[in-house]
Amino acid sequence: MMGPERNNQAGIQAAILRPVAWARLNLFGTVLDSVLTIAAAYISISLIAAAFQWAILDATWSGESRADCVSDGACWVFIKVRFNQFMYGFYSADEYWRVNLAALLVAASGVWVLWPRAPYRAYAALFAITGLPLIAYWLLHGGVFGLSVVESAKWGGVFLTVVVALSGIVLAIFFGVLLALGRRSELPAVRWLSTSYIELIRAVPLITILFMASVMLPLFLPEGVSFAKVLRAMIGLAFFWAAYMAEAIRGGLQAVPRGQYEAAKSIGLSYWRSMVFVVLPQALKAALPGIMNTIISLVKDTTLLLLIGIFELLGIVQAAAADPQWLGNYVEGYVFVAAIFFFFCFGMSLYSRRLEHRMGSSQQNLGG
Amino acid sequence: MALSDVTATARLASLWHNPAKRALVLQVMAVVFVAVFILWIANNVLDNLARLNIASGYGFLDQRAGFGVPTSLIEFTPESSYLRAFAVGILNTLLISMMGIVAATVLGFTMGVARLSSNWLIRTLATAYVEGLRNIPLLLQIFFWYFAVLGALPQPRQALSISDSVFLSNRGLVMPFPIPQDGFWLTPLVLIASIAAWFIYRRRMEDRDRLEGRKAHPRWVGPAIVVLPVLTIWLLTGGPLTWSIPQFQGFRFVGGFTVVPELVAVWFALSIYTGAFIAEAVRGGILAVDRGQTDAARAIGLTRRQTLRLVVIPQALRVITPPLTNQYLNLTKNSSLGAAVGYPELMNVSGTILNQTGQAVEVLAVTMAVYGSICLMIAMVMNKFNATVGIAER
Repeated sequence: MMGPERNNQAGIQAAILRPVAWARLNLFGTVLDSVLTIAAAYISISLIAAAFQWAILDATWSGESRADCVSDGACWVFIKVRFNQFMYGFYSADEYWRVNLAALLVAASGVWVLWPRAPYRAYAALFAITGLPLIAYWLLHGGVFGLSVVESAKWGGVFLTVVVALSGIVLAIFFGVLLALGRRSELPAVRWLSTSYIELIRAVPLITILFMASVMLPLFLPEGVSFAKVLRAMIGLAFFWAAYMAEAIRGGLQAVPRGQYEAAKSIGLSYWRSMVFVVLPQALKAALPGIMNTIISLVKDTTLLLLIGIFELLGIVQAAAADPQWLGNYVEGYVFVAAIFFFFCFGMSLYSRRLEHRMGSSQQNLGG
Repeated sequence: MALSDVTATARLASLWHNPAKRALVLQVMAVVFVAVFILWIANNVLDNLARLNIASGYGFLDQRAGFGVPTSLIEFTPESSYLRAFAVGILNTLLISMMGIVAATVLGFTMGVARLSSNWLIRTLATAYVEGLRNIPLLLQIFFWYFAVLGALPQPRQALSISDSVFLSNRGLVMPFPIPQDGFWLTPLVLIASIAAWFIYRRRMEDRDRLEGRKAHPRWVGPAIVVLPVLTIWLLTGGPLTWSIPQFQGFRFVGGFTVVPELVAVWFALSIYTGAFIAEAVRGGILAVDRGQTDAARAIGLTRRQTLRLVVIPQALRVITPPLTNQYLNLTKNSSLGAAVGYPELMNVSGTILNQTGQAVEVLAVTMAVYGSICLMIAMVMNKFNATVGIAER
């Protein structure tokens, strides 16, 4: 049989030629291209090789202290020894199970709410914003039903970053929706108040708001009333990002056709009912890319809490690396923190792109 | 029931059931609520200040600051006033923001175009840069540059040097600094004048070329208009510039100009971080230009470069400018993170003043007002720019 054999040979030939043709087209198209490719390849290969050498080949993995790190490579012992501190902060080691249990609950509800094909997602979402925070607070802080109190001043590391980020996201979305509706309200006073709040907040850096929350908030309250520092920072973070969230959501509100508003009104729905059942579901969907971007920024900005003396992930790693016992282990610490933030933030941006893609295709179907 | 009671109830009910009246009631309620809330806070603040014995008002601005700064654009000693300290902070914020905006724009445009390159490797590296750096907190990047990179440089005593005049150590980059002598001011004056002359000449020549349909003037005339007069005046005034060369004395460098590591770390981190966002805006802008535009431009015989310069970039700029403005504002606001490594920009200085005076309300009010004004100025400039690149409506 000649046919298949020749086909096969042609296939092999193509398989060899295809990469060559591909490289010609994509790497060595012109003389300038070839020069760029070779220069870029040289630089990136040597950088990757150096990083690999440092992080893997020359690295020290086992040991108990700085003294065990004798090579030029990374001293991962630093991360290993301090790992629990980086994860739980100064939480008592006997009570780690409470943090773990809370994390498991949050992760389970998170998957339930965010997985597109899960059943009863609405109920899960309702639980996630009502029951879950209470249960989580009880688990983490304790004080009633037999759990001992762990002051929030002892919270830290990844655990605190997650707590601050999640509560910040939920609060920022809640107030963001209110502010966005306010900015598009037909009542001039409400519109004016919302607009000035949003624009004022967006004109200043987050640090000033965090300083306000940490230094000025105690002055704002009557004598004797005070919040924990973490709570104050959380409020500052949420109120700051609510302004950006409002702008993202406003974009979504503008994308909802006028007919939807009018139809909701004409079937006799009150303002709040028409917003909650008709307009907002469509608006939030349309605003999703903007909302996700804001969430990613919020998560990254939780690091700023270290500036007001709260030991979130970066703060606790920075403090550990500045410890004379471990002095000089900055890079290892930063790589650890960067990897965690990258994992979450990049993951969220991929998730949002996927959702966008899904919705884009469903919208096309609707359009016929 | 008396009739008057019924009408009174009805009137009261109409406040809620008549849409126009209800709107008024709701607005009055909202305004009253906010006003009462603000008054309550103001009252608490006054009570607390009195109780804690904290002074109020802006009298402290004239007092002696009593702290030093590592770098400043104007003269500043611990004897200077708090007002001057604020000025130092504002100038440093403006400096780092401008430096950051320039570097981030160059980097962002380069990387944005590189992401659309036909070269696979360049495209992939640009994508790795954008996705990698965008998803790592800025504060972490500042720390990385400051503690891990610049902190790892040698002590001043073992500073790396280029021909004993430029020194790089963990205390920064020290380099020779020109000190103008008598008559120096003539040179920049002539430079500006001759650049203006070049522009006028070029416009004239372009007009003539267009009329005659050919390139008539030699290429070297333009540069010569600038170089010759500047060189002449420079030599005539006897090269009135001496250099202050840094020298290592005791524990530190004397003379020259020092770029402190705080500035470099914040500048690098801000530019690289913001550059990643600008790259995305640039890519989006270029992709938004309809493919037909490029095809049409090529069809009427424009070269690749002309197509890019005359057709693609002007249209892409319209899409790029609004997000670019946002990134400039973000960069300016993010420069406040310099406080974390002790770069004496506005937030750092106000933090110190706040700690020393305890007058949180006044200090933060000044700080926020200054950031607000800087952001407003940038937004105004960018809106002007947006208007010039925008669609010219008839």
